[in-house]
Parts: sequence; C-alpha cells; structure tokens
Amino acid sequence: MAVSSSSFLSTASLTNSKSNISFASSVSPSIRSVVFRSSIPPSSHRRVMTVRSKIREIFMPALSSTMTEGKIVSWIKTEGEKLAKGESVVVVESDKADMDVETFYDGYLAAIVVGEGETAPVGAAIGLLAETEAEIEEAKTKAASKSSSSSSAAEAVATSPPPVTSSPAPAIAQPTPVTAVADGPRKTVATPYAKKLAKQHKVDIGSIAGTGPFGRVTATDVETAAGIAPSKSSVAPPPPPPPAAVNGKATTATNLPPLLPDSSIVPFTAMQSAVSKNMIESLSVPTFRVGYPVNTDALDALYEKVKPKGVTMTALLAKAAGMALAQHPVVNASCKDGKSFSYNANINVAVAVAINGGLITPVLQDADKLDLYLLSQKWKELVGKARSKQLQPHEYNSGTFTLSNLGMFGVDRFDAILPPGQGAIMAVGGSKPTVVADKDGFFSVKNRMVVNVTADHRIVYGADLAAFLQTFAKIIENPDSLTL
Amino acid sequence: MQSAMTLSFSQTSSFTRPNHVLGSTASVFSTPKNLRFCGLRREAFGFSPSNQLSFRSNQIRTQSSGLQVSASASSNGNGNGAPPKSFDYDLIIIGAGVGGHGAALHAVEKGLKTAIIEGDVVGGTCVNRGCVPSKALLAVSGRMRELQNEHHMKSFGLQVSAAGYDRQGVADHANNLATKIRNNLTNSMKALGVDILTGFGSVLGPQKVKYGKDNIITAKNIIIATGSVPFVPKGIEVDGKTVITSDHALKLESVPDWIAIVGSGYIGLEFSDVYTALGSEVTFIEALDQLMPGFDPEISKLAQRVLINPRKIDYHTGVFASKITPAKDGKPVLIELTDAKTKEPKDTLEVDAALIATGRAPFTNGLGLENVNVVTQRGFIPVDERMRVIDGNGTLVPNLYCIGDANGKLMLAHAASAQGISVVEQVSGRDHVLNHLSIPAACFTHPEISMVGLTEPQAKEKGEKEGFKVSVAKTSFKANTKALAENEGEGIAKMIYRPDNGEILGVHIFGLHAADLIHEASNAIALGTRIQDIKLAVHAHPTLSEVLDELFKAAKVEGHASTGQEMQR
Repeated sequence: MAVSSSSFLSTASLTNSKSNISFASSVSPSIRSVVFRSSIPPSSHRRVMTVRSKIREIFMPALSSTMTEGKIVSWIKTEGEKLAKGESVVVVESDKADMDVETFYDGYLAAIVVGEGETAPVGAAIGLLAETEAEIEEAKTKAASKSSSSSSAAEAVATSPPPVTSSPAPAIAQPTPVTAVADGPRKTVATPYAKKLAKQHKVDIGSIAGTGPFGRVTATDVETAAGIAPSKSSVAPPPPPPPAAVNGKATTATNLPPLLPDSSIVPFTAMQSAVSKNMIESLSVPTFRVGYPVNTDALDALYEKVKPKGVTMTALLAKAAGMALAQHPVVNASCKDGKSFSYNANINVAVAVAINGGLITPVLQDADKLDLYLLSQKWKELVGKARSKQLQPHEYNSGTFTLSNLGMFGVDRFDAILPPGQGAIMAVGGSKPTVVADKDGFFSVKNRMVVNVTADHRIVYGADLAAFLQTFAKIIENPDSLTL
Repeated sequence: MQSAMTLSFSQTSSFTRPNHVLGSTASVFSTPKNLRFCGLRREAFGFSPSNQLSFRSNQIRTQSSGLQVSASASSNGNGNGAPPKSFDYDLIIIGAGVGGHGAALHAVEKGLKTAIIEGDVVGGTCVNRGCVPSKALLAVSGRMRELQNEHHMKSFGLQVSAAGYDRQGVADHANNLATKIRNNLTNSMKALGVDILTGFGSVLGPQKVKYGKDNIITAKNIIIATGSVPFVPKGIEVDGKTVITSDHALKLESVPDWIAIVGSGYIGLEFSDVYTALGSEVTFIEALDQLMPGFDPEISKLAQRVLINPRKIDYHTGVFASKITPAKDGKPVLIELTDAKTKEPKDTLEVDAALIATGRAPFTNGLGLENVNVVTQRGFIPVDERMRVIDGNGTLVPNLYCIGDANGKLMLAHAASAQGISVVEQVSGRDHVLNHLSIPAACFTHPEISMVGLTEPQAKEKGEKEGFKVSVAKTSFKANTKALAENEGEGIAKMIYRPDNGEILGVHIFGLHAADLIHEASNAIALGTRIQDIKLAVHAHPTLSEVLDELFKAAKVEGHASTGQEMQR
C-alpha cells in the first residue's frame, strides 16, 4: 500500500461499512478484540461536579472529530448492575470504529435510555448512572420520560444540542433537567430515508419545505437543505457556511441539468459524506500554492541503502518534512478562529493513504524527533491498523501537516486541498530524470520531483512557504541528516 | 414442494434394505411404491440431491402408474378387518396446497386410493401466493442489492454501471415460477394416480365429503388441509391497489416510493427486502415493542442492524395500525397509529401504499364442520398431537384429521406437509407423532435468517422448569472462509443446548444461505443426534456448512460421545 493517497483529504472517515465492524464485536469473543479502548486517561476529562447529584447521565461520547452520532453496539452491563470506576459499560460504534466506553464513577447502571442498535447524537444521554441502589427507580422514571420524548429521531436531534467535546472518553456529567419535548403530532411528513439523512446531516427536518408528493420531505429535500443551509453545530471545528451550489449533490434540483438516460444517482456513503463535508469546509480557507523542484538523486541513493533496513519512502519524506517544519514553525501552525496563530507543540505529519474504498490520514507523531527507523516501524504499524480499521482517533486526527504522494502513479505534479484545521499540505509528485542546467551552464540529467504546498494564507505567507520549501529541498538534496 | 418430496423419501428410506433392489419384481404387488423408491434411492445415491429428486419422480410417473390400481385395490379388499363398508376412497384431502400434496404423495406411496379436492388452484398459498413467488422476487432483490452495492462490487474487482430493473419483467418471473411449480405439483399427483377433484370441498358427515355443486363421495379417512388467507385486522380497508396484502404484493403491480408494512414478521421482513432493493422506502408498523418479535432476541437484534438500520427503513413499534384508508381523491394512504398499550391515538402516517403482513388467518369457513360437531377456535380447527380433529365436547372425531395452517400449530408449508405425512403414516397403521420442534423455519432476506427448535429465552424457561442447565454456543460467519470469499462475512450462528447431555434445543442462523444451512441442525434434532456425536462429523472445506461445524465444536458438553451403536441409530 505504501503511500498511495489523493488530494481529497479528510481527517475523517474510515469506516465504509459500519455494521461490519460492530457486528463482529458483539458476536464472537475472539473478534471482540477489535474493539479498542480509548487510551486517553479519563481523569483529564472528568468534569467538576457537585456532591448533590446522585443520578448522572451517561452521554454519547464523541469518539472522533467528525462523529456526530454514535450507535450503541451493545451494553456490556445490564440495568441494575453495579459498576466500578474504569469498567467498560457500553460499546459504541462511531463513523470509524467500535469502542468500549468506561465509567468514571462507581454506581449502578440504573437505566438504559438508548438501546442496543439504536443511534444517538453525540452528547445525548444514552444511559443513567445511579449512585446507590435506592436511586435506581428514580432514574428509571427519568429514563422513561426521556425515551418517550426521543421517540422520533428528528426530535432527538433537535432537543439535545451536542456539547462540543472531542474527548474519546465517556462524558458523564451532572444531571441536567431533561428538556421536555412536546410529542404532539407533527405536521411535517418525511420519508424514512429523509429522516435518516436529516439525522446524519443534522438538519432539522421540521424546517424543511417538502417538495415530494403530498408535500412530504424527501431525501432530496434534506440533501438540498443540508447543502445550502448554514451547517449547524457540529463537533468538528465550526465550519463557516459553505457557499451554495458547490456540492453537486446539494444543488437545488432546478440547477441540475437533467439526468442523461441510463445514468444513475448513487447516494454517498457515510464516509463519502464526511469527505464531501470536509471539502466544502475547505473552501472557506484562503489558500495559495507554491511549487518547488527538488533533486532526488541523493535521496534515491540513500533510499537504496536504507531500504533493506525497512525504511520506506514515506518515512523519508515525512522525516524530511518534519525536520523542515521544525525550522519553520508557522507552516506547522493553524488558524482556528481567523484571529490568531495556533502554534502546535508537536510536529505530527499526517500521510494520506488510500484504503479499500476510502481515504485516511494516519499520523506520524513527532516526525521531526523520531529517528528514521522508528518512524518506518511506526508507519508500518499505522498502515496495518488502517487496513484493519483499528486506528485510534489520535492516530488519524492529530496531524498538524499533511503529506500526500501520488508520485508512484507517475503523476509529475498535483495540487492538494488543505484539510480544515491545518496550515499546510504538501503534494509530492513523482521523481523523474530531468535535464538540468547548473549555474555554470553545464547540462546534466538529474532525478527531480516537484513538490507543491498548499497553505492557509491567513497565517502562512508566500515567503514563509518558499523558505520552508527551500529548507525541505536542502534536506532532500543532502539527505544524510535524515539518518542522524 | 421440495420439502414435501424430501420428507416422503426420508420416510421411505427407513424401509430400505439393499437386497430389495434385486427382488423388486417379486414383491412389486404387495408394496409397489416402496420398492421402487428403495431401489432407485440406492442407485441414485451418488447424484446431486436436486437431480436425484426429479429423476426419481420421473421414474415414478412413467413406470408405476400402472401398478397403482392393483395396489390400491388390494389394500381396499383386505380392509384390515373393518366393516366391509365400501368407500369411494381410502383418503380424501380437502385442499391441494403443499400440505395436501405432501399427504397425497405419501398416501399413494402407502397404497391408499387418494383423492384431493381443490376449490381454487392447485398449490395453495405457498405455490401461488406465498413462499414460491416471493422467492422469485427475493432472487431479484438479492441481485439488485448486490449490483447496487458499489463498494461490494469493487471489493470483488467488479465494475457495474447503473443496475436497473423492469418491474413487469420481475413480476413475470414470479408469476412464471408459480405457474411452473403449480404444473409440477399437478402433474406429479396426476401421474401417481391421485384424483384431483375440482370444486369447493366440505365435510357432510363422518367419512362423507361434498365437493363442487353436489358431488358426494366417501372415504375411510378425511384430511382437512384448507390452509389460510392473509389476516387483515379490522379498521383496515384493503383495496388491492394502495392497501394490499401479500396476495397482491406478490404480483408486483407497482413499486411505491414509500410503503408502510404492517407487521415485522418474516412476511413483512421479506417484503421490506424486496421493496427497498427495488427503490422503495419502507416504514414498519409493529404492535410489539420489538421488531421481528418471532425470532430469537439476539438474532433479531443483529438482523435489525443489518436488514433495517442501514436501509431506507424506519419503524414504529408498540403501535397498532388502527385505521388504514386507501389512497383516493388525490390523497395518500392514511394510517392511524394507536398505542398498543394505552390504546390512545399516537400518530398519523401518510404513505403511498400499505402492505398488511399481520399474519394469516385459517381458511375454515363453510367447511361443514358443524356437521361433525367441531367448533373452531379463532378459526383454527382444534387437533391433538396426531392431527386428529377434536370436536366441541373435547372428544376425537374419528377418521377426520386437519393439517397445516388450518390447525394453526405451525404455519409453514413444510410443516403442513410433514403433518400430512404423519397422518398418512397413522391411517396406514403405523403410529407417528411429529416433533414440531425439529421443523426448521427460514426468512429469505439478504442475508437469510433460519431457525429450528427453541429460542434462548424459551430454552432457559424450559430449563428452569425442568431443572436442566442451558448453554449457548456461537460462531461468526466472519471466521468462515467461504463466506469471506463471497464478501459476505456478516452473520452468526447460535446454538442453544444442554451441556449435561449434549441435546440440541435450538439453532438460529443469520447469514449467507442460512436457510440451507439449518437442516443439519434440524435433522440432528429430529434424529436425536447429540452434539458430542455430530461434532465428529466431517464438513467439506471450504464451505458455509463449516459455520455449523464450528458451532458444534464450540459447544461444551459434559457427557462423552455416545457408543457406536447409538451413533448409527
């Protein structure tokens, strides 16, 4: 697999068939090991709470930055069962993987609000935790009112705005009053698929004017609304409103040329939707591009030498980029709010990898610090995990800079789209023999590749990028420092 | 029909003695059918099962119709010491569905002079309005689903451009299949010498039947096999266009954009599979709190994750469709939902069509049951475990039996057939009680669901009552090579068993070809095979059957393998 990639980057979305992964996990103990546990220490995410609260809500945790809703794969504990701090309570399926969610508190699982196989938006209460046995009943009553109020999917989305949390750990907070929902007859008639899409895109179905038969809201209506309406609160960095009519799917029906005969419409999978969303988001960032030719003869020679030791070209490039970034921290920064630079403490190089039917960006953390061999080892491990869909969230969404290489396909140069939340992305073309004239006017044939960096011009200016590229080229052309 | 044939053959096989093949000409006159079967069965042993079946039945047709007369005449004459009352037939079957057909075939095999009365079309619900045409639609939906799943195709390295379908072509396929099977059924009975009498049949009195306008015939024994019709709860107006039952749906006269399916049992599930594959969106309406209430809870949960949640389906559980008005005057179909517990109105749905799949009601009206003092219970004819009809006073009605959906014991085509064969065994002098727990059932969704015996909660309840431990073994299709080769690793098999003696209590499968896989388990239950014995049996590799192999091996039985003798039993 190595470093196949594409410019359609998303830090998101790996899972192509949700049910696949989760299915196994609930089935056979041997496959259960797929389920991984969040490694982030729970204490850092514990919320301050008062002693008064006795019944706590167990929230649907955000297991990835793109996760907007999660499905309960299975409840490991049953209602009424005693829980000890740190025990796994429930297995949740996100858009990427299944994860065990553990409790931070001792107590009893008083009530399950969202049953197995059901879906809840991030931040919604999925269960109730009682401190003592006596409170179980009370919690159950509470749960009953909750589950009845969330009987309609659309309502559930509307009533519980998810708190922004990127913690993969469970969120158990103080009891909050359950917002009562009027469960009155709804005027809006929406088809099953429209409801599903609305939930997926976090669109309030009640606000959509239906254009289907009898004025019902159809899937197309929801898609239209999702593409045009300003996108609602999401766990991802708040995206600015994407311009209308960019997303082909999102354009209004009237703008679309009529379908040619025998053509077909294939709706996006969850992963493709996430890519699409990220791509639309990227349009709000003012980017510019700088290209730079780099001689690779020395790099190629080095590669031949270290290849037997398990070093991959990806590791070499990531290491070179990491070292260059260390000298130009602004290229490794990002602009989160449009008002400031966010300098990242670590240099984490995300590398785009095409996996079976999808795209993911495993992250080589501390690419500047790790030595080449460790980096290669790490890369192998990440690729293996990506293939088996076992990447943990921090292994694919912690990148500060992205590397995308299409050289192996014979591409000589290309242009990558900057993923939201990062300052720059490097697109690496293939290395090929090129006639080069040196400063004395002598012609020679040298292997040369063109790298093209796309950066956020709010923080990275032309000179910054040029200087960075110059450093990068120097490292590649004198690659001995890579092995140090 | 296939199952009927199989069952009748397996019965026969218990009579098999190899030397009969050679001596067949000598003994032909006493029990001609048996010997033909025995001989052919042995000879055909190496053939594939399907070939074998058709091959055998052809042989019967061509060779033995001539023998029929002498055989039935002799058995009539002997009369078993009964009063020399003369009867038109040994056995009359009212209703030529799969149950009646299975009984008729077996009766002929037993040398009984048999007539079958059909007031509608041969084949009954299964062949004309049920299992058979629905399999044709599901065959289409399975392929559509596969072709539309670009990711699935890509993972095979296949490229398919826009899969589409022609509704009429699909409908024709279903109709042609029904016609073909119906003709096969009719021909097989005709060839065997079963008299097919046309007209509505009813019981006139003991051993007396009327059919058509005023034809009266007598028989030593009568089997009622009148089957069932779709059950439509009150408040629902079926117009056959926008509010339909399975009878209409199987004709596939339209594919609505949005269809509500009332009832999430196997009929509703199968139709949801068909409709969503053809592009409809589906809303389930289920009166119970859970979808797929008839299935093992774990299986239904997993099935829901695969068959419902990722598809364009939503559902309302715990509600009745208390009123359904067909689309008219430019209005859509209106469905009023009532809470199943509080009986209060809950919601109103507007959809393009509604399919009523709330189960089936016995078809027993006008059968003349009052003439033999039989009172139906919710339409079902009460019977004992030998399918003997029980009258209003709780006593058995002599010479009257009822099989299939009409008795409501287990409303499955192959169960009816098995019951019919059981009855024929009894009337031909061999006591037989059918073990209903060994009858498998299947739901032909993609992937399929199949089951036999008890569900886990049922088994646990029984274990508690009778004081034995119940264990559960599970295997995943993900671990099966063949399933992975097909890119269909989704599914599980689950076995509920007694760890103390290795008895199989139930097996539930959800996955690729589950309906075909269940029979190893159902046969084991029927024959009383224990896990410790069957786990030693060999399965070809790589096949899906290894899922069951794994399942048997995963069980932890305390007892040891039985002795060789028991194994042969």
